Amino acid sequence: MVELTEVTKYYGAKRALGPVSFEIEKGDTVGILGLNGVGKTTLLRILACGLRPSSGRVGIDGLDVLENPHEVRKRVGYLPEVPPVYGDMTVRDYLAFVGRLKGMTGGSVAERMPVVEESTRIGEVADMPARQLSQGYRQRVGVAQAIIHEPDLLILDEPTHDLDPVQIMEMRAMIRALKDDHTILISSHILPEISQTCDRLVILDDGRIVASGTESELEARLFASHRFSVTVRAAAPPVPAPGPLIRGVAGVNGAEPVGAARGKAAEAGTATFSVDGANDVRAEVCRALVEAGHDVIALARADRQLERLFVGLVGGEAD
Amino acid sequence: MGATGIIFQREFNAYVRSPIGYIVAAVVLFIDGILFFGFGLGVEGAMLSGQVLRRFFYLASGMTSIAAVVLSLRLLAEERQTGTQLLLDTSPVRDREIVLGKFLAGLAFLSAINLATIYMPLLILVNGKIAMGQILVGYLGLTLIGAAVMAIGVFGSALSRHQLVAAVVTSLVTGLFFLFTALSQAMDPPLSRFFRALAIHGTQFLGFEVGRLHLRDVVYYLSLIYFFLFAATKVLEAKRWE
Repeated sequence: MVELTEVTKYYGAKRALGPVSFEIEKGDTVGILGLNGVGKTTLLRILACGLRPSSGRVGIDGLDVLENPHEVRKRVGYLPEVPPVYGDMTVRDYLAFVGRLKGMTGGSVAERMPVVEESTRIGEVADMPARQLSQGYRQRVGVAQAIIHEPDLLILDEPTHDLDPVQIMEMRAMIRALKDDHTILISSHILPEISQTCDRLVILDDGRIVASGTESELEARLFASHRFSVTVRAAAPPVPAPGPLIRGVAGVNGAEPVGAARGKAAEAGTATFSVDGANDVRAEVCRALVEAGHDVIALARADRQLERLFVGLVGGEAD
Repeated sequence: MGATGIIFQREFNAYVRSPIGYIVAAVVLFIDGILFFGFGLGVEGAMLSGQVLRRFFYLASGMTSIAAVVLSLRLLAEERQTGTQLLLDTSPVRDREIVLGKFLAGLAFLSAINLATIYMPLLILVNGKIAMGQILVGYLGLTLIGAAVMAIGVFGSALSRHQLVAAVVTSLVTGLFFLFTALSQAMDPPLSRFFRALAIHGTQFLGFEVGRLHLRDVVYYLSLIYFFLFAATKVLEAKRWE
């Protein structure tokens, strides 16, 4: 469906993207993940035929974007970071305008309109001028204009930009519902947005792909160890302190105190350790602690693997 | 309906929906009316009806030009300012269709304003004796000079996302074409002939004022319109992919 080969984009002498190569199969939902300014929007605008690559080849549905830009544009729906909405038009008039601009007839727009209003849930604001819409509705109208002409490829640039938590959940649900009908490409710098809606991730840093694959593939590739956290209610001496006890268990590579030890509030008399194991050593660690006289009150697999992966790849610092 | 028609419809409706369209219309009609009374009907001494009408078209051409500048500013600059240009850039629409659709919408609204001044020539017609041909040719002249300035405005609007920059560029270029008349009078041949040939409001408009339709005058305005719309299209093409 989408094929990029050694694509680069330069603004003057500054390299904004690439070289980048990857493929997206029809029906996939792929997330482009990266910090702000790493080239996500540049990449998406190239795919939407809004920006010319400096070099390389971009093919969509077998068509070269430079040789057949209008044919490609008919097949692509694009939601930029700021929805391109005309404030003076009503939502329905605006969607009709976009549909006809994308090559639809008046009749096909009229047929399609109720379906789009239903799937993006904008029916109640359809007769309102777009300038009066809340940010959440504005974003939904942005999605509606991107799907009005039933594109094969849907490109969403930061679709939850400026939304409140409830609106974010609604937007994710909407995107998941669209997966059946479109190949989707989403960009974001927010991990949950990508991990909860996409089948596959492409992580960008400094304009280049630093990793790609499914969430589990990436975790398996980059984390050989098994990380979990254990919270204990420590017994008083002479019982050995829990830290050294955990580190003494066979297969444990390291155990660091977290929570209260790092300035966070914790239940009085408890301590939490982040344990890095060469294999799954949760049972052995619990047994060692209990046998020594400590109470194990919580055990959890580290649930921020993907976030650690992301931060590690793009050179940031996890909190 | 092609993309030009779709864009024309949206832009024309945008004028109708926005206060700026009505403000421009009101100001133009008000000032045209005052000028018509002050320098046309209200002039002391006897004046032939044809001369009053000629003066009306002379004065109205100035207001039409100013209105064309104001109406054209938002056409492309506003798209970039609000981000809606991305919608046009990523739609299967040619740049010339965008430029033409917007130009025609601006011209249609400007023509509607001009049409609303028809009561002034009709007042002369009721009280005097003038040829319908002079009225028709005069309005054709107003439409052509308005279209030429509108084309310059579309070009200015294509250059920047800021309407203020578009206003400065459009005013400067339009002012230059008006200035050519004065330059032609201040210089000797062949330069005077050169500037006279370029002047937007010199001999080119004179024929329309008195009801004489010359093909060369029509060709002059059409050439100006084509040149600036072509330039605006090229600017848009260059910016579309960058």
